[in-house]
Amino acid sequence: MTIKYTPEHEWIDLTDPSAAVVGITVHAQDALGDVVFVDLPAVGTRFAKGDVAGVVESVKAAADLYMPVSGEVVEVNETLRADPSLANSDPLASGWFFKVKPADAAELDGLLDATGYDALLKSL
Amino acid sequence: MSATPTAAPLLRTPLHDLHLELGARMVPFAGYAMPVQYPAGILAEHRQCREAAALFDVSHMGQIALAAADPADAARALESLVPVDALGLAVGRQRYGFFTNAAGGLLDDLMLTRRERDLLLVVNAAGKDADLQHLRTHLGHRCSVQPLADRALLALQGPQAGAALARLNPGVAALRFMEGGEFELAGAPCFLTRSGYTGEDGFEISVPAERAEALARALLAQPEVAPAGLGARDTLRLEAGLCLYGHDITATTTPVEAGLGWAIPKVRRAGGARAGGYPGADAIDGQFATGTSHRRVGLVGLERVPVREGCELVDAHGHHLGRVTSGTLGPTVGQPIAMAYLAANHAIVGHEVHAVVRGQRQPMRVGPMPFAPHRYLRRMAG
Repeated sequence: MTIKYTPEHEWIDLTDPSAAVVGITVHAQDALGDVVFVDLPAVGTRFAKGDVAGVVESVKAAADLYMPVSGEVVEVNETLRADPSLANSDPLASGWFFKVKPADAAELDGLLDATGYDALLKSL
Repeated sequence: MSATPTAAPLLRTPLHDLHLELGARMVPFAGYAMPVQYPAGILAEHRQCREAAALFDVSHMGQIALAAADPADAARALESLVPVDALGLAVGRQRYGFFTNAAGGLLDDLMLTRRERDLLLVVNAAGKDADLQHLRTHLGHRCSVQPLADRALLALQGPQAGAALARLNPGVAALRFMEGGEFELAGAPCFLTRSGYTGEDGFEISVPAERAEALARALLAQPEVAPAGLGARDTLRLEAGLCLYGHDITATTTPVEAGLGWAIPKVRRAGGARAGGYPGADAIDGQFATGTSHRRVGLVGLERVPVREGCELVDAHGHHLGRVTSGTLGPTVGQPIAMAYLAANHAIVGHEVHAVVRGQRQPMRVGPMPFAPHRYLRRMAG
């Protein structure tokens, strides 16, 4: 299992190279607080790396969800849309947001590994 | 609710160490380090208050005593700044009111309680220094103006607040909504009012600062009680339709526009025995007579998207109607709720408007407030 991270606190699981899974990290959901709404991208939409692909809203605030890599959205988590609290209770598994087919394998090198992301959190 | 950016070190309430011990997330608010939430989270703390009892630290708010040899002189003096019936307020009774400016705008809102020997004002944290200056400048020659800086303020709110507090002193059961009195709690001499900012039954407890932590611990030891932070306080007050100063009411909104005309009694309105005599009285009486061009409304979202402060409101043709002054997803009502100012021809219950959220129009309907019913324990009239 290959999981990478962004400095914006998304994770991307690249186990299936044609449908990488994207979600928010434990730190992100903790900082946001109780998630009450998610806005998910439409399946089939193409995004560039860094584009705003979704929104996650807690009681207190709204935060953008950025595309970790360029690519096409191939699936979204309808269960999360119906129950946004999954982003808090199970952010690394059932609280995933969408799946993307990466367009450029070279972009993956720019992402953080677990060690790099932990170091980033410690520096906050 | 917004954090006030400031270079000065944050002030701490007497419960600061307890907040840290309870695992609170502290944020800057009106110059103080305040708990925005505890580990339970805002939704759980909100539910705690609606279903049982929640304890809030509101020690950042200002407590100010106005006194004179004859307390009626202090009441008369206050009436020159605040359009309330302070003179007619019986000992042990509380009223909501506000300071006004010369244009009839709202300078701050407040709670006023007539006590045996003085009048107790509770004002917002962000405005307390200015309020104190305002009182001293205009009333200092007529009564003493004393900030009670050595007292903390706790709010115990929720349908089981009365049962929990009665275990510390059964006498509190005698109080009804908007009444106050002196009670000993956990060995501390306290002044209680049966009021709050959540729409629920509950109490606000003025306690000597050095006894505040012991009292808070005694309250938290009651099975009904858990701590709640400013995050839940904001969602609770918004569901209750209660204004947040600096957001829903400001120096450029009048009581009539804000739908707070009910707080100005007949005796202080045009034709009343003590009509006017406060800043902006002519403007406010004029608005009572002729109405206002726009007024504060409650909005309920027809979709799930939260609509937040600052969001633009448009009509079906995309024409600008106003902006949201407070908004969230109401945890109890389960829908997006907001307050906003709309032109009078749109400020009609049932009227539909659109909130522009990230470029998309979200339908909302003007709804009656409160969004969640008030559950105060009132004294029956007569």
